[in-house]
Amino acid sequence: MAQKHVDDVSGVETTGHEWDGIRELNNPMPRWWVLTFYATILWAIAYCIFYPAWPLINEATRGVLGYSSRAELASDLNAAKAAQGAVVEKIASSSLQDIVADPQLSQFATAAGAAAFRVNCTPCHGSGAAGGQGYPNLNDNEWLWGGSLDEIYQTIAHGVRDPADPDTRVSEMPAFGDMLKPEEVRQISAYVVSLTGTPRDPSMVAPGQQLFADNCASCHGESAEGNKDMGAPALADAIWLKVDGEAGIAQQIVAPRHGVMPAWEGRLGEVAVKQLSVYIHSLGGGQ
Amino acid sequence: MTYVSETIILAIGTFLALLGAAYAHDSQFAAHMWVLFVVLLISTIVLMRRISFTRPDPAAVAARQSEYFDEVIRYGAIATVFWGIVGFLVGVVVALQLAFPDLNIEPWFGFGRMRPLHTSAVIFAFGGNALLATSFYVVQRTCRARLFGGNLAWFVFWGYQLFIVMAATGYLLGITQSREYAEPEWYVDIWLTIVWVCYLLVFLGTILKRKEPHIYVANWFYLAFIITIAMLHIVNNLAVPVSFLGIKSYSAFSGVQDALTQWWYGHNAVGFFLTAGFLGMMYYFIPKQVNRPVYSYRLSIIHFWALIFMYIWAGPHHLHYTALPDWAQTLGMVFSIMLWMPSWGGMINGLMTLSGAWDKIRTDPIIRMMIMAVAFYGMATFEGPMMSIKAVNSLSHYTDWTIGHVHSGALGWNGLITFGALYYMVPKLWNRERLYSLRMVNWHFWLATLGIVVYAAVMWVAGVQQGLMWREYDDQGFLVYSFAETVAAMIPYYVLRAIGGGLYLAGALIMAFNITMTILGHQRDEAPIGRPAAKAPALQPAE
Repeated sequence: MAQKHVDDVSGVETTGHEWDGIRELNNPMPRWWVLTFYATILWAIAYCIFYPAWPLINEATRGVLGYSSRAELASDLNAAKAAQGAVVEKIASSSLQDIVADPQLSQFATAAGAAAFRVNCTPCHGSGAAGGQGYPNLNDNEWLWGGSLDEIYQTIAHGVRDPADPDTRVSEMPAFGDMLKPEEVRQISAYVVSLTGTPRDPSMVAPGQQLFADNCASCHGESAEGNKDMGAPALADAIWLKVDGEAGIAQQIVAPRHGVMPAWEGRLGEVAVKQLSVYIHSLGGGQ
Repeated sequence: MTYVSETIILAIGTFLALLGAAYAHDSQFAAHMWVLFVVLLISTIVLMRRISFTRPDPAAVAARQSEYFDEVIRYGAIATVFWGIVGFLVGVVVALQLAFPDLNIEPWFGFGRMRPLHTSAVIFAFGGNALLATSFYVVQRTCRARLFGGNLAWFVFWGYQLFIVMAATGYLLGITQSREYAEPEWYVDIWLTIVWVCYLLVFLGTILKRKEPHIYVANWFYLAFIITIAMLHIVNNLAVPVSFLGIKSYSAFSGVQDALTQWWYGHNAVGFFLTAGFLGMMYYFIPKQVNRPVYSYRLSIIHFWALIFMYIWAGPHHLHYTALPDWAQTLGMVFSIMLWMPSWGGMINGLMTLSGAWDKIRTDPIIRMMIMAVAFYGMATFEGPMMSIKAVNSLSHYTDWTIGHVHSGALGWNGLITFGALYYMVPKLWNRERLYSLRMVNWHFWLATLGIVVYAAVMWVAGVQQGLMWREYDDQGFLVYSFAETVAAMIPYYVLRAIGGGLYLAGALIMAFNITMTILGHQRDEAPIGRPAAKAPALQPAE
C-alpha cells in the first residue's frame, strides 16, 4: 500500500511507490505544457473544419474552404500556362527564323529551351551541353547533322537512329574489319591521326591516305571534312566523339559504334522542340 | 541433460536449410539457405559441445532461479555494442559512397544494398538489441521477478540475432521486398514474428509474476513498443510468396493503400521502436543514474497515453502531395502537430528528473550523455511535427533535410541514451566497481555530440538548398536548375556529413574499448572529472 513519502530535496510528495529505488514525484503537469497541448488540439480541430478531413461513407468531409490539392495543382498549372500563353502561341505560329529575329520571342524561347534542356537533355549532353564520350558537345562548331536552325530542329524532333520514328536520321558506317586487313586499318588510323596530330609511325601515313581515298572519302569527304547529309563526322578537326588515339580509331574502323538519340517531338510537342532548337542554336555553334 | 532437445531442434533446422538450398526455386533463395545452413551448423556444433549429461544439483538450480536472469542481458549488451559499430561503420561507408560514387562496388556493395544494411543494422540490430537487453534488465528489477519462461529469453536473443544475420545477408544478396525499414522477404518476416511473440511472452509473463503492486512507467513503454511492433510488422508484411522455396512475394496491398500501409508501419516503427521503447529506457536509467525521483507521475501517465494514441495516426504525413486523398493527408498532419506535446512530456520528465541534482552534469559524463539524448529527443520531436506541416513539407520532402532530421533523432536520442544505459548497466552486469574510464566516456560524449551537430547542421543546409533549387523558377516561369545540378551542389555537404558520421563512429569505438576493458575487469588510473587535475599523473611502468 502506498504510504506518504516526501522527497527531501524538493519537498514534494511522491506517489508512495518505489521500484528498484525509483520513486515518482507527485508534481502537477507543467501548465505551459498542458496549455500548448490544448492549443494544438484546438488548432487541429479548426484545421479539420477548414480542410478535407474525416472520411464518411461515400466521401470525406470537404472542409469549409473546399480545398483540394488536385484542384490547387490544376489551377497553378493553368495560371502558369495563361501567363505564358500569348508568347507560346506566337512561337507555335512563327517560323524558327522569325522567332530568332524577334527579341522578345527569342529571349523567351531560349529560356524555355534551356529549361527543357535541363530536364530532358542533361543526362546525356551534360548540364552545360558540353557532352562527353559518345555524346556530342553542342557548344562547338562541329555538327554531325548540321547546325542550322532547321537542321537542329529535325535532329531533335526525330532523333538519330530512333527505330520508332520513320523520319529519324539514319546512317551506318560499315564494319571495315571484314573488308580491310589489320595492317590497312592501322595505316588508315595513322593517316586520320596525321590530319590533326602526329601518328606513331609516320611511314604508314602515305599508304593510309590512299586507302582513305578508296574506302572512306565517299562519306567522310576527300579531305575528311565530313558530310552532314549522311551524319559522317569530320575527321580533320581534332574533335573525337567516341574515341581518342590511334588504337581507338582503328577499333572504330573495324567495328564502328553508333550513337542513338530518341525522337523528342512526340514527347515534348512541337513548341518545346522549337524552343530547344533556338536554345541549342544560341549556344555558340549555330549556323 | 541440458541443451539436448535444443541441439536436436537446431540440427533439424540445419537439415531443413540444406533441403531449402537443394530444392530452391531461385538461385538467391539457394544462396540465402546456404547462409542459413552455415549459421545453423555452427550454432549446432557450438551447442553440441555444451551438452552436459550430469544431472544438475537441484539446490543450485533453485538458487539460480531465485536470481535475476542476467546472462542473456550480458550477451545483449555485447551484441548492442557490436552491431552499433557495424551499423555506424556501414553508415560512414554509405555516406562516402554518396560523396564519392566510385566507392560503390557492384553488385553486393553498391549504395542500393548497403543503405538498407545500414538502416537495419542501426535500427534493428543496434537499437533492437539495446531494447531487448535493457527491457530484460529493467523489467526484472522493477518487477522484482526473474524473467518468465526460462530459456525462452535465450531463444528470443539468439532468434533475433538470426533474424539480423538473415536480413543483412539477404540485402547484400539483393533479396528485398522494397519496403523501407521492412526490406526482409516473407520467410525472414515469419521468423521475426515467431521471435517477437516469444519476446512478448517473456516480457508480459515477467510483468504478470511481478512482486511490486504497480507496473513501473518504463514497462508501460516497453510493453506498448513490443505489442505495437508486432501489429505493425504483421500487417505491413502481409504478402503472398510466389513459391515456398523462393524469395519473391507480392504484398497484399497495392497502389496508394500499399503506400499508406507502408508509412503507417514506417512512421510507427519510429514512434514505437525508436520512441516508446527508448522512453522506457530513459524512464529507468535516468532516475537510476541521477538517483532522483521521476519528476511527475501525472505527466508520465498523460503523455504516455497521448503518445500511444496520437502516434499511430501520423503516418500519412510521409505521403503529402501524393495520390493519397487529401483527408488522409490532413489527418496525418494534425495528429503530428498534436503529437508535439505528448512527445515533449517525455523530455520534460527526463530533464526535470535532474532537478535537485543539476550539478551532476558537471561531474558525471554518463548523465551528460543521457541529458544530451533527451535534448536531441526534444529537438527532433519538435522538428518532426514542424516538417509534417504541408507548407514546410513541400520544401523539405525528398530532400536531405529529412535525413538530417532522422539522424538527429537516431544519433542524438537513440544512440546517446543507449550509450548511457550501457555505461550504467555494464559495470553492474559484470560486478565491476566502476567503468574502466569515465574520461573516455567524456571523450565519447564530445565526439558523438560534435558528430551529430556537424551531421544535422550540414543536412539542414543541404536539404533547404536542395528544396530551394528544385523549386527555383526564373522570371519567365521556367525551372532554373537541372536535377543533376542540384545533385552536384551536394558534394561538399556529403563530404562533411561523412566527417560528422566518422566522429560519431570514433566515439563509439572508444566506447567499445572502454566497455571491453570494463568487462575484462580493468580500471584506468585517472583523475576524477569535474575537479582541476592536481598535477600531471605520475609516469607508470608499462604493463
